[in-house]
Amino acid sequence: MKILFNFLIIPGFLFTTVIGLFACWIDRKVSARVQWRYGPPWYQPFVDIIKLTGKETILPSTASKFTFLAAPVVGLAGITLVSTLLWLMNCNHNTGFMGDILVIIYLLTIPSISVILGGFASGNPLASLGASREMKLILSYELPFILAILVPIIKSGGMIRIGELLAFQAANGIFVGSISGFIALVVGIITMQAKLALVPFDMAEAETELIGGAIIEYSGTPLAVYKMTRASMLFTVPIFFVIIFMGGITLSFPSIIWGILKYVLLLVIIILIKNTNPRLRIDQAVKLFWGPVTWMASLAVILAFLGL
Amino acid sequence: MSIRLKALLKSPWVFHLCSGSCNNCDIEILDCLTPRYDIERFGMVLVGSARHADVLLCTGIVNKQGVSRIKRVYHQTPKPCLVVAVGNCSCSQERFRGSYSAAKPLDQVIPVDVYIPGCPPKPEAIIMGVVKLIEKVKNTK
Repeated sequence: MKILFNFLIIPGFLFTTVIGLFACWIDRKVSARVQWRYGPPWYQPFVDIIKLTGKETILPSTASKFTFLAAPVVGLAGITLVSTLLWLMNCNHNTGFMGDILVIIYLLTIPSISVILGGFASGNPLASLGASREMKLILSYELPFILAILVPIIKSGGMIRIGELLAFQAANGIFVGSISGFIALVVGIITMQAKLALVPFDMAEAETELIGGAIIEYSGTPLAVYKMTRASMLFTVPIFFVIIFMGGITLSFPSIIWGILKYVLLLVIIILIKNTNPRLRIDQAVKLFWGPVTWMASLAVILAFLGL
Repeated sequence: MSIRLKALLKSPWVFHLCSGSCNNCDIEILDCLTPRYDIERFGMVLVGSARHADVLLCTGIVNKQGVSRIKRVYHQTPKPCLVVAVGNCSCSQERFRGSYSAAKPLDQVIPVDVYIPGCPPKPEAIIMGVVKLIEKVKNTK
């Protein structure tokens, strides 16, 4: 019962989705202000979701129906599980198990995999093009992402439990304060941009060339689930970085404001990168990730071994 | 009025369907998204795929090759969906009536909810048309 409550309400599905949709609104509002517009009202993402659940769901005749409908649900379940685990471990350092950080690294790719599944299952040529781009993007950003995660593990002396990492940061200062930790966080922010499929790396669902990419055939409730997945990721992935690099969020009164500020800082950095960069081609993105970003990540790992 | 219909009126996602227009109306539609008019205030977003759309903005005379495609896009759009005819051409074919390539007016191909005349209509006129469309839906259901 308690597990179900944690998964479905707090800190799982309901909590993550509501905060994620609110983060979506911050994204749209800040984008609008950057472009000198007024922007949508705060309830806009919620209205969008309610509207989409009331629309007709169309199944394309060429689609593989079960996979097409199951893919968005798989993605949402994956990201909800990540959020639940992260918040439980953040609130109580003793929950969690040996190697839970590895589990979270794997679970974080599930939303991208659900996009690939849904794109290929829809039977639309543009959707399969988008899905193949998403696949190349995963292959390119996973290596620097894992290298960046390796830095806190090395610095804490080989701890692979998030609770232990948090306790270590509480005792010895946060990882981002050191040189290697800072470089790793910069790498992490770049890979986070790709994980969230935001603008320099949104070639998988490019509105202008692939008219929606992998989600082109989705309508009605599955599209709403997909949007909710995106919103939850906008909440969960920055929280993951806050936890492993910046010491997490403490849930007592004065320090919770500091914790929220850490999250909002990462969110605003993401949004500003999104609004000031043009979309890269997929080959440029692969070159960027396997070239400079991986070198930066390796440098951070070497510095971490040297104890800097 | 049900909550879902209310939500539909608060976030109409717009798909831009062009069939043989001279590009003038299309530019005026894009003007609505600029900081000066900013229709995202009302939750309107221009979407790329007809599957995501709630409102079809149709421009241009409906030419002979376009008829079947317009019908197809209309059927691809999930219901409930609304259709707006933007510009004199799509309202009545104006000076192209009887031309060798013009087929028939838009409202004989798919059901049209609101007509916005003008050559091209001003962005204010387009926003006014969408407001009238929302009022119409509110009053009928």
